[in-house]
Amino acid sequence: MADRLTIPKTYKLAIGGKFPRSESGRTYEVATPKGAFLANASLASRKDARDAVVAARAAVGGWAGATAYNRGQVLYRIAEVLEGRHAQFVDEIRASEGVSAAQAAAQVDAAIDLWVWYAGWTDKFTQVAGSGNPVAGPYFNLSVPEPTGVVAIVAPQEAKGASLLGLVATVAPALVAGNAVVVIADQAHPLSAISLAEVLATSDVPGGVVNVLTGSPAEIAPWLASHADVNALDLAGAGAGEWVDLEIAAADTLKRVLSPEPGVPARSLQRILAFTETKTVWHTKSLI
Amino acid sequence: MSFLEYAPAPESRAIVALRPSYGLFIDGQWVDGHGEAFSTISPASEEKLAEIATADEHDVDLAVAAARRAYDRTWSRMSGADRGKYLFRIARLVQERARELAVAESLDNGKPIKESRDVDVPLVAAWFFYYAGWADKLDYAGLGANPRALGVAAQIIPWNFPLMMLAWKIAPALAAGNTVVLKPAETTPLTALLFAEIVQQAELPPGVVNIVTGAGPTGQALVRHPGVDKVAFTGSTAVGREIAKTVAGTHKKVTLELGGKAANIVFDDAPIDQAVEGIVNGIFFNQGHVCCAGSRLLVQENVHEEVVERLKQRMATLRLGDPLDKNTDIGAINSREQLDRIRALSDIGEQEGAERWSAPCEIPENGFWFAPTIFDNVSTSSTIAREEIFGPVLSVLTFRTPAEAITKANNTPYGLSAGIWSDKGSKILAVADKLRAGVVWANTFNRFDPASPFGGYKESGYGREGGRHGLAAYLKGESGAGATALVPAERSASQKRRRAGGAV
Repeated sequence: MADRLTIPKTYKLAIGGKFPRSESGRTYEVATPKGAFLANASLASRKDARDAVVAARAAVGGWAGATAYNRGQVLYRIAEVLEGRHAQFVDEIRASEGVSAAQAAAQVDAAIDLWVWYAGWTDKFTQVAGSGNPVAGPYFNLSVPEPTGVVAIVAPQEAKGASLLGLVATVAPALVAGNAVVVIADQAHPLSAISLAEVLATSDVPGGVVNVLTGSPAEIAPWLASHADVNALDLAGAGAGEWVDLEIAAADTLKRVLSPEPGVPARSLQRILAFTETKTVWHTKSLI
Repeated sequence: MSFLEYAPAPESRAIVALRPSYGLFIDGQWVDGHGEAFSTISPASEEKLAEIATADEHDVDLAVAAARRAYDRTWSRMSGADRGKYLFRIARLVQERARELAVAESLDNGKPIKESRDVDVPLVAAWFFYYAGWADKLDYAGLGANPRALGVAAQIIPWNFPLMMLAWKIAPALAAGNTVVLKPAETTPLTALLFAEIVQQAELPPGVVNIVTGAGPTGQALVRHPGVDKVAFTGSTAVGREIAKTVAGTHKKVTLELGGKAANIVFDDAPIDQAVEGIVNGIFFNQGHVCCAGSRLLVQENVHEEVVERLKQRMATLRLGDPLDKNTDIGAINSREQLDRIRALSDIGEQEGAERWSAPCEIPENGFWFAPTIFDNVSTSSTIAREEIFGPVLSVLTFRTPAEAITKANNTPYGLSAGIWSDKGSKILAVADKLRAGVVWANTFNRFDPASPFGGYKESGYGREGGRHGLAAYLKGESGAGATALVPAERSASQKRRRAGGAV
């Protein structure tokens, strides 16, 4: 029997729960390490980045306002759906990164396990990082961490062996507290980022909570760094570029900034807390 | 003499013995500054109080070097218990010299003695006492075992709560094991210089605390200095932005406590008498020179007239005058420059159509004064509803529903504080949840405590001062943000998997 003619996937952006092409109409070629054509990915523009911020801002209230239990279940659901599409991610990673099947499988396993680790934090980090404060007076006084708002992320770049894991290691911690995210995927290996967005879209993650842009961080990141409606900037994968300029641009609106890190950030509570703000509430107690 | 008149009751100045001139306090010694000296004056009388040295770049260099030496040789090697004992000593010395410090603060800053005596200075002692106890318990600060100090901290503080801001900065820094170079504001350097004497009396090792005086250029030299590991700043958002840009790309850790435009929300079910007192305290405390001042009154429409009427009645009883008089409610504006800014913004408020009303009070002939003022019918787009005035000026806006109150309260790039007045607890908690502000006071306002974290959202800055959270600004954990264990990209996937799965 003749080989069936396959149906290649069109990789688009993920903005506001939809999968649009870049408004600019631009694409770029994604190739295997040996240079063979894999796909045309969307080359996101400044306008796409701004659309993504609008979508994130619209979504953050609902996601932050969901119960911690609910956010935990949704994040765990991502791991479930990812597990079911394990083979697809292995195929994409093998093709794009040129690693062995075992290496690709190990990366997908690690990414799934990382989702599970972060999912469990949603209803715990508040207790670990908050406090009841014994003030010298008749007041109830409580401090709790709350989400910072819209977080723009430059995912680890050129992450051979970690294109999916690097994305998860930066996106998942920002979601735990209830932030909405605009992430610039690994420019060289963007396929699993778009497939992950498809997983998110079928995991009860509200539209706009995670917006994925593919393309050039050097082109898009400066617009996000200077955007007044972005509250925080994770420069994890920006180390190779002009990241100090991004930090300077972010200073104009006093964004919280995480500096670049080589490789894939390890899982940590600090990554969750980096995108939270401590709110302290005082209330009088009557004198009885 | 009518019901509301009092005979003058000034606190004696005799308790403060000011020197005619002050140098810089570097490495435990008083040394001359190499910049041009300046005068610090009493804003209530414009009389000169003392001549103050200006630290130039060279002096800043000496101060940072002294702090580094003290860190390397003494402070970083000392046990937490001993660091704590020094801080306890400082707390006690502040208590012993409390009245002297309060009088000096009111003289130099212009704030009423009842505030410096009953709020500022007691909180200074409390701050040192609180953080003294943390010095040997840092393992419990939430940053893992054996958190480490950062090194040399550059600290720049504003003129509105001079000694209190010094305590907020120095106490946690020293408890965590850092040494400091602190620059007080150029209009209010005196209590920081008196504090240097306390440092000597406590026999703190030389160089652990260094005080350099001067204006903006001194602060810039300190922030830029490559020997500094940490920058802590309280002041305007504009300067905060510049600092964030200056330290971009360096290893310096930064905390910024900046401006605010807090909403004070009064619902129709609030206890109105208490709310009126809270509104007054929220905006007229310390002449409104408070970053977290409740400068936007959001009052529910159906009680708007009643609240404004009673507020005016209450404001008419406020006593403006000599900061050292024990009956004074409203002291002097800290400087001519600030007075000019308050006047300019108030004029804009009038031009933009808001209704201005000032409390009828006699303005002293000398010094800088501004009568407590409210603007009614202010629109959300009005300049005085958006910009921080940092003076005794309240903008009144109205709302109909809790949702509208929340939207208006959050409609600002700032996010430092907010107030809620209501007798309904469930409403207070629901509204507090939705306010994007670092401190929310419900049925109270402008309360501070060393155990309670304070700091802003959005453009009001980042980092917290006070409580366990305040220690994080001066410590690095084993896996603190920016220092996490990493998985290098060139490692094999299986190694990566182990690493990502194993590190905490």
